[in-house]
Amino acid sequence: MSDSQDGTRTIKVDYLARVEGEGAMYLRIRDQVLEDVKLKIFEPPRFFEALLRGRDFCEAPDITSRICGICPVAYQMSAIHAMEDLCGVRVEGALRELRRLFYCGEWISSHTLHIYMLHAPDFLGYPSAVEMAKDHPEAVERGLALKKVGNDIMNLVGGREIHPVNAKVGGFYRAPTRSELAALREKLLHARELALETVEWTGTLDFPKFQQDYTFVALRHGNEYPMNEGRIVSNRGLNIPVSAYDDHFEEQHVDYTNALHCVMKPEGSSYHVGPMARYALNFDQLPSDIQDAAKAAGLGPVCTNPFQSMSVRAVEVLYAVDEALRIIDAYAPPEESSIIVEPKAGTGYAATEAPRGLLFHRYTLDDEGIIKDANIVPPTSQNQKMIEDDLRSFVSTCLDKTDDEIQYLSEQAIRNYDPCISCATHFLKLEIDRG
Amino acid sequence: MAEKPKLAVWKFASCDGCQLSLLDCEDELLTVADHITIANFPEASSTVLDGPYDLSLVEGSITTAHDRDRIQEVRRQSKFLVTIGACATAGGIQALRNFTDVQGFMDIVYANPEYISTLDTSTPISAHVNVDFELRGCPINKNQLLEVINAFLNKRKPNVSPNSVCIECKKRGTACIMVTQGTPCMGPVTQAGCGAICPAYNRGCYGCYGPMETPNSSSLAGWMGDLGVTDAELQRMFRTYNAEEPVFRQEGDRHGEESL
Repeated sequence: MSDSQDGTRTIKVDYLARVEGEGAMYLRIRDQVLEDVKLKIFEPPRFFEALLRGRDFCEAPDITSRICGICPVAYQMSAIHAMEDLCGVRVEGALRELRRLFYCGEWISSHTLHIYMLHAPDFLGYPSAVEMAKDHPEAVERGLALKKVGNDIMNLVGGREIHPVNAKVGGFYRAPTRSELAALREKLLHARELALETVEWTGTLDFPKFQQDYTFVALRHGNEYPMNEGRIVSNRGLNIPVSAYDDHFEEQHVDYTNALHCVMKPEGSSYHVGPMARYALNFDQLPSDIQDAAKAAGLGPVCTNPFQSMSVRAVEVLYAVDEALRIIDAYAPPEESSIIVEPKAGTGYAATEAPRGLLFHRYTLDDEGIIKDANIVPPTSQNQKMIEDDLRSFVSTCLDKTDDEIQYLSEQAIRNYDPCISCATHFLKLEIDRG
Repeated sequence: MAEKPKLAVWKFASCDGCQLSLLDCEDELLTVADHITIANFPEASSTVLDGPYDLSLVEGSITTAHDRDRIQEVRRQSKFLVTIGACATAGGIQALRNFTDVQGFMDIVYANPEYISTLDTSTPISAHVNVDFELRGCPINKNQLLEVINAFLNKRKPNVSPNSVCIECKKRGTACIMVTQGTPCMGPVTQAGCGAICPAYNRGCYGCYGPMETPNSSSLAGWMGDLGVTDAELQRMFRTYNAEEPVFRQEGDRHGEESL
């Protein structure tokens, strides 16, 4: 809705659609100048970091997966790796590969959900994928089929696609057999075609022309595109171990929104996590044929147009399908489905690459393995300030448009981040006047 | 042709996983949309049609004063109201606040707790309004969700078993892991519906579907004690995703007073 008086235009969206969770947007424009931008989040807090205290360290993966039904694997992986870091355990070989396969499933499924069901309707002018399917059935069906293969991977490796049950500190409760994984092969070969078509298809969409000079932050691992491990790097020279996260990033309480924004020290600057950051900082880790597919879809080695993030997600889906095939073809079941992890007192850290970006976990345990302290920083709280910065820059370029158009474009600018408000809000909370 | 019934999907305090289950019905979603109008489902569509709605799916628990009022309005607009998932049917994991002082929780998570507006408790939807059907699980099973929608469209009762997970292990052909491996398992007191996934993955059930119709949880706790499960562990097992369910709450309370 919008109103206009005294040269002041206020554009409000009380309930953002096609994002995960409950959020709102507020813009105030006076005399053709954008004065105020707020991304508001009104999800009720659920206090995960508090309720984790007193729980056993082995419970953290399952409990934290309940933060987000859209990226539960990411929570499980960050929690597990933090506990293993704390206990001085490294999981290698087939178990490490299985974790990567598991994560590929979530990337495929979550990214495809966003591309086809949440994001594409914006560019083709539909309110939803279901409406879009009436005119573009082949696209929506392609999206659903591709998404399903991601879920098939999570179903097999994890037991189910939402809040999977098989991952544990030390490995898995049960490792799949070779023949079980082989059954995914045909599906993945088909998915590869669909993923390639998706990259090509996103390249045909008409994206608004908009660039931002981002500080990108992502994991970087010397030998692979990052998922479960690596150092935290940026395009401005940051290069730190995950354990140094708190020295370089902090959650700030911003008074006007009462929200915690995660910012970079020391200037309190915004930064960008997620597919575009991963891609920009790890382009060299993509196989050359995937690099070529990206180029053909109009992407350079760095993408700074957030609307084009859809193409970057599509490239990551293609990579995840390839990676899943590689892992399945090379798979030899581990001798044991997990290694024994004895708890000890101390603090452990991990960051993994959730579909939406860097997901940081830190835990402190006592010598019985009981959690004394937990800190979780999800990608959307890291991107929240960046989203506002994007809105500020982007809306300023289209002030001559009608309020309805500005509102429509602004909602798109928010959806570029695939924001998972369910994730973010369980740690940061802003109170709004609902009167 | 008669007008299609209108579907609304509502969210309260939750992880979004249960409403995602509908979008995870990749093979069925477009068929479902042929038979029911998706009238109000903000996560999937920016079109919102006015109520009243013929079928409302409600995800999440009530944790704020605003949501306590909002659920009344949802009920008024809904001819048939189905709660989906452990948050909506039992208060969810966030109901662990009910066992402690919520102020302490706020102090841990937020720098300025005075800004936070929240209730002391997380409660199921049925504590506030009349609920026509409850679908259990953390998360719900998407096939059961389709069954509920299908039953609604065909004006019949959903075929959802009130049995325990044990029955599903038998159907699946999984040998009892508690008997054969001595693995503690909540299956005997937990409602079926998931398909007995955990035991098939070599793991004890952790009760995410909540109590079955007639659970004998004190007997199960005794058996677990014989396997070496401590009181503190037992309390945590019963106090996780369905901690507010009366039977689980009672059993959790029996194993140590120390609050979480």
